[in-house]
Amino acid sequence: MNIIVCISSVPDTTSKINFIDNGSTFESSGVQFVINPYDEFGLTKAMMIKEKTGGKVTAISVGNATIEPIIRKTLAIGADEAVRIDMDPQDSYSTAVEIANYLHENPADLIITGRESIDYNGGAVGGMLAELLNLPFINACNGLSLSSGTVQMTREIDGGKEHVSAELPLVIGGQKGLVEESELRIPNMRGIMQARTKPLKVIEPCKNENLTASINFEKPAEKEDCILVDPNDVAKLVSFLHKEAKII
Amino acid sequence: MSVLVHTESWGGSFRKSTYEAVSFANKTAKTFNTDVIAIASGNESDEELKKLGTYGANKVLAANNIEKGDSQALTNLFANNMSDADIIIFASTYTSKMIAPRLASKIKAGILSNVISITSSKKLIEVKRNTFSGKAIENAKINTEKAIISLAPNAFGLIECQKDCQIQRIEESNTGNITVSKQEVTNGKVSLAEAEIIISGGRGLKGPENWKMIEELANILGAATACSKPVSDIGWRPHSEHVGQTGKAVAPNLYIAIGISGAIQHLAGVNSSKIMVVINTDPEAPFFKAADYGIVGDAFEIVPKLIEEIKKIR
Repeated sequence: MNIIVCISSVPDTTSKINFIDNGSTFESSGVQFVINPYDEFGLTKAMMIKEKTGGKVTAISVGNATIEPIIRKTLAIGADEAVRIDMDPQDSYSTAVEIANYLHENPADLIITGRESIDYNGGAVGGMLAELLNLPFINACNGLSLSSGTVQMTREIDGGKEHVSAELPLVIGGQKGLVEESELRIPNMRGIMQARTKPLKVIEPCKNENLTASINFEKPAEKEDCILVDPNDVAKLVSFLHKEAKII
Repeated sequence: MSVLVHTESWGGSFRKSTYEAVSFANKTAKTFNTDVIAIASGNESDEELKKLGTYGANKVLAANNIEKGDSQALTNLFANNMSDADIIIFASTYTSKMIAPRLASKIKAGILSNVISITSSKKLIEVKRNTFSGKAIENAKINTEKAIISLAPNAFGLIECQKDCQIQRIEESNTGNITVSKQEVTNGKVSLAEAEIIISGGRGLKGPENWKMIEELANILGAATACSKPVSDIGWRPHSEHVGQTGKAVAPNLYIAIGISGAIQHLAGVNSSKIMVVINTDPEAPFFKAADYGIVGDAFEIVPKLIEEIKKIR
């Protein structure tokens, strides 16, 4: 069983988001980077499958050398090897093309991405990858079990859950439920030591072709001050919502 | 050229997000002086398909039932029926998020998601989109001739426009690569993505047994219920109710946060709400800085009073 987990390095969820150079560049100084939370659920699931059925877990990421601490962390958590495609990703398509190119040469049985990254929120790499590899794709996957080549999954749908199954190979976009928050793994000292000797391959990009371009970023408009209502006068709040805001 | 729009039905009826996408497609088509063609894949009745005209569809290509989980078949349905479309619009649903990127890759069209506004001219499509989980807005453009736009939830609203929608039935098939065994529906509840009002509870509610009043408040307002991350992590409420940076991003007209302090990760997922109300015992809770209206007080006293007062006007 060969499992590939696609990893994105993203600002920690507590980060304040700021931009420099007239809003064109994300201000990364002083920001703590982490494994994209949706990818971390997928990585943990990959480890659990490997421990049960055997096989190999490879973490792959597209990015420059600054993302290496995040890749090392996947190795410390338990991935067997890692691949970094040395390119500053500019859009979802170029990222998907690079990963697909690697997978054409190094086929995998199960390809796990996150539902989306919590920075650019494109939510497109998984689907694009599936199309480029001509494989089935299940997004927002919140449950997965394997029995002899068949994968039973649940995926979130608006207002419910859908139970689906498919044969390997397959691409999924993972989210919470794939594993529970409490099952996530913190690298221990032994893992961190081992990670130093595990292979981290750096490969050159093949194309770097972008279909979209970012112009700049802005911050959402500041909220006006909160209007405080006396706890003994709840009627006043209802009146605000009913008569002024007209939303109830 | 024409504008193509994805539709999705549930139990035979189109979703509100579909009508929103059709309204948006119609607005875009007007700037290009062209037609809106909708694509349906849920075996909807003629009567239901006609409703797409109410929001501006000139024509609907209606396929027989294709499994929602079969993203390859749904992508082929679009690719095979593109005709002269240069802009393809998707509403934000879990299913559309499987199709839109596949299609982008298949026809090599630029895709932008979470779009909250668009400026377009004949040669250039530029959008504003939510990024960093609502902490920032990105201005971005599409480099290709064909463009795929995936809308943020509740960003545009419904615009009625009476058109007589022409129905054309087409044949497409499932790939058979995915087997859908069943759909579990969270019964009688409003879906979070489409909800106009959301009542959300946090750890301040002290235990799952105290959600009765949250549900009662939601019921009288026709609202959906939601919760903060810690509440879903400890299992008081299902994961599907978790709103915030790593859960769902929502954008209702009214978001009422009860017993939620307002950590930056939570605010990121809800700050597209039009009006936010916070009820919390701690006057220093960060939510008071983000909310429009606030009450410093005990939820167990305030919420029953709120229910009573709302019943008077409903």
